[in-house]
Amino acid sequence: MSGSFDILIVGIGGQGTVLASNVLGEACIMENRTVRSAETHGMAQRGGSVESHIRIGGQHGSLIAPGTAELLIAFDLLEALRYRHYLPPGGRLVTNRRLVVPTSVYMQGLDAPDEEAIIAALGDLDLSCVDAAALAREAGSPLAQNIVMLGAASHHIPLASGTVLEAVRRCVPKKTVDINVRAFQLGRDAVKRC
Amino acid sequence: MAAQYLLGNEAIAHACLEAAIDVASGYPGTPSSEVIDILRMQDERPFHVEWSVNEKVAFEIALAAAWCGVRSLCTMKHVGLNVAADPLMTSAYTGVTGGFALLVADDPFAHSSQNEQDSRRYAHFARIPCLDPASVQEAHDMMVESFALSEEFGLPVIVRPTTRICHSKSDVRLGDVRGEHRTGTFRHDPKQYVTIPAHARLLHRHLNDKQSRIKKRLVERGFNHHTIRGETAIVASGVAAAYVQEVIPDNVSFAKVGAYPIDEEWLKDFVDQHRTVLVIEELAPVVEEAVRQVATTTEVSGKMTGTVPYEGELSPASVAAAMRRAGFAPTETFPDATPVQGVPPRPPILCAGCMHRATFFAMKKVFRDGIFPSDIGCYTLGLQLGAVDTTICMGASITVGSGIAHSGEERDVVCTIGDSTFLHTGIPGLLNAVYNGANIIVVILDNRITAMTGHQPNPATGVTATGEPSPPTSLEAICRACGATFVETVDPYDLPLLLETFRQAKERKGVRVIISRQPCVISARRAGIRRKPYTVDTEQCTGCGACRAFGCPAIAFADGRPTITDLCAGCGVCADICPSGAIHTEGRR
Repeated sequence: MSGSFDILIVGIGGQGTVLASNVLGEACIMENRTVRSAETHGMAQRGGSVESHIRIGGQHGSLIAPGTAELLIAFDLLEALRYRHYLPPGGRLVTNRRLVVPTSVYMQGLDAPDEEAIIAALGDLDLSCVDAAALAREAGSPLAQNIVMLGAASHHIPLASGTVLEAVRRCVPKKTVDINVRAFQLGRDAVKRC
Repeated sequence: MAAQYLLGNEAIAHACLEAAIDVASGYPGTPSSEVIDILRMQDERPFHVEWSVNEKVAFEIALAAAWCGVRSLCTMKHVGLNVAADPLMTSAYTGVTGGFALLVADDPFAHSSQNEQDSRRYAHFARIPCLDPASVQEAHDMMVESFALSEEFGLPVIVRPTTRICHSKSDVRLGDVRGEHRTGTFRHDPKQYVTIPAHARLLHRHLNDKQSRIKKRLVERGFNHHTIRGETAIVASGVAAAYVQEVIPDNVSFAKVGAYPIDEEWLKDFVDQHRTVLVIEELAPVVEEAVRQVATTTEVSGKMTGTVPYEGELSPASVAAAMRRAGFAPTETFPDATPVQGVPPRPPILCAGCMHRATFFAMKKVFRDGIFPSDIGCYTLGLQLGAVDTTICMGASITVGSGIAHSGEERDVVCTIGDSTFLHTGIPGLLNAVYNGANIIVVILDNRITAMTGHQPNPATGVTATGEPSPPTSLEAICRACGATFVETVDPYDLPLLLETFRQAKERKGVRVIISRQPCVISARRAGIRRKPYTVDTEQCTGCGACRAFGCPAIAFADGRPTITDLCAGCGVCADICPSGAIHTEGRR
């Protein structure tokens, strides 16, 4: 195998997947690990589906092959469904239990599955769900959902949680450090199986 | 220096600081934009840095600076080099004295582009060196070296990363920023810089004479290297080389091509030692063609044998699949994982409160059977609103519209073009349209910024790349100077006025210009502009669905009834659209 621990973070442009991946990359540097990651920029950012690949211990390319990710972190439940094939059968998914319905669904009258249907469709995975919006509000800002999700996923990431938390402190805007530290802890404590 | 976690473009920008560049120019284009953005944001800038109005302009600025003996950088995306191709081709004749690095970012899979062209072809075409990094670290290292190489050969050097280098992050080791800066001096030398035919013929010979030395030197400097490990081999370039290294077995030889032109003797020596060679590269089969030219009895596979896909980007899985097709045994087998079917797509969309949406809405309402040539920017997303019929290249909305109108097509032709794109290459099209009597409407979507690539300022913004105030260009004055007589400016958040302006334009003939002006909703928010969000009065709402067609991401529907989410930016256009008057600002009726 490749020898790296491969994490795919998915969500909607604007939800802060890039910041979340920056936190993990910074944590790798702090632990003297090599790391490779890939991001979505430009046209793909405008409210569209986005993905960040992070390969902890990676030494070659930054792309994770479908079916081989060790961990999928989804900031939106619909995006969890869209990217679940990056996990092997029974793979580990940490997801926000809420979803934003794409505007194209309303405009084109498409069918969109609801939260219960998606959670049922993900039931064969090793699944953890959190209500990221509620926890982020509790932490002090709805913008902290990405750090809530990192906290929730931190149990399964091969980096010391103290390192990840320190990386959070270094990567988020100065005046939001306290909120994001709370968000990380709330996420970390909230994980439960759906 | 300790390792840092950096974006490819951040590492590239830092390399330029290490090389002590003196002049930097560019035009924004994904995936190249962050390089100039990082340079222009430096606290200390002992160099000139600018966003130029287009790539040809940027290229000529950097070229001339290098003629004066200083180190210069010019950045653009791959299709930008089409715009700069005219000076590029002859710059190989004139050469340079100061180091001139041309950073051109290619975009396999066209993540954010209109095509998948390969800039290595331009390097070959112009006969100048090209460096092709396989990783973020190598992009950094090559960028530093490119300036010295340029000085050594007296030629512009292309550094050509791809999206998966520019927008990948990695642990990177940077060098120190300590180089000394230079002051340019122009040396009169007409034989070098005035390319009349008599000079051009000689300069062409000098360029050709440099080629064999360049090829040898690129091998000497270690850009092209190989390891013999068996009787079969893989040759790879760019980021594909990283994917190959992930899955190549120990008994397969490996050659990595990181620089062009490739030394044929070096390549032939490698190829001749193998029974079969598989060439793996993204975009055009540049390396494969070189391998085929030197191969005698060796069996060669690659794109030309259908073994490696021609289109899109490669990945570890597709590289492993290509290896299996060619009879190699990759060290890793990737599962055949297919996405879940039927998941509704989530394409990128114009922001809530975006001025383009309001403009498109009004345009479509007034010109129901109109033809809508458009251009390159966020507003290309108007495709989803049925407001974009053509997009080919920067500035082509007005010219394509003119061509459609001159073809005899009688329906209204309404062209849309952004402020930055208009200033980039739209002006000649407008000038031509007036001069040659085209019957078109030109809508300039003026959001005061180059938004899609990350909010870079342009001449209409009123500040330079480094934040110095500059006189904001008057789009109205430019349009009038091009000869347009109907030039109306309108606030797209004022829907009734916008509709009325479109109707007035529809009644006339000739070239009519409407400038739809409202700051980009993202830059407005950053500037501290806050508008009251809107809400739907459920008692007044009849569920007619008029707001649904507007396509705003802040409007969600449950059981057919709209609600306005916290994405609302307060543009208020939906309130004007609602026939029942059911949409108000919060707390107001």
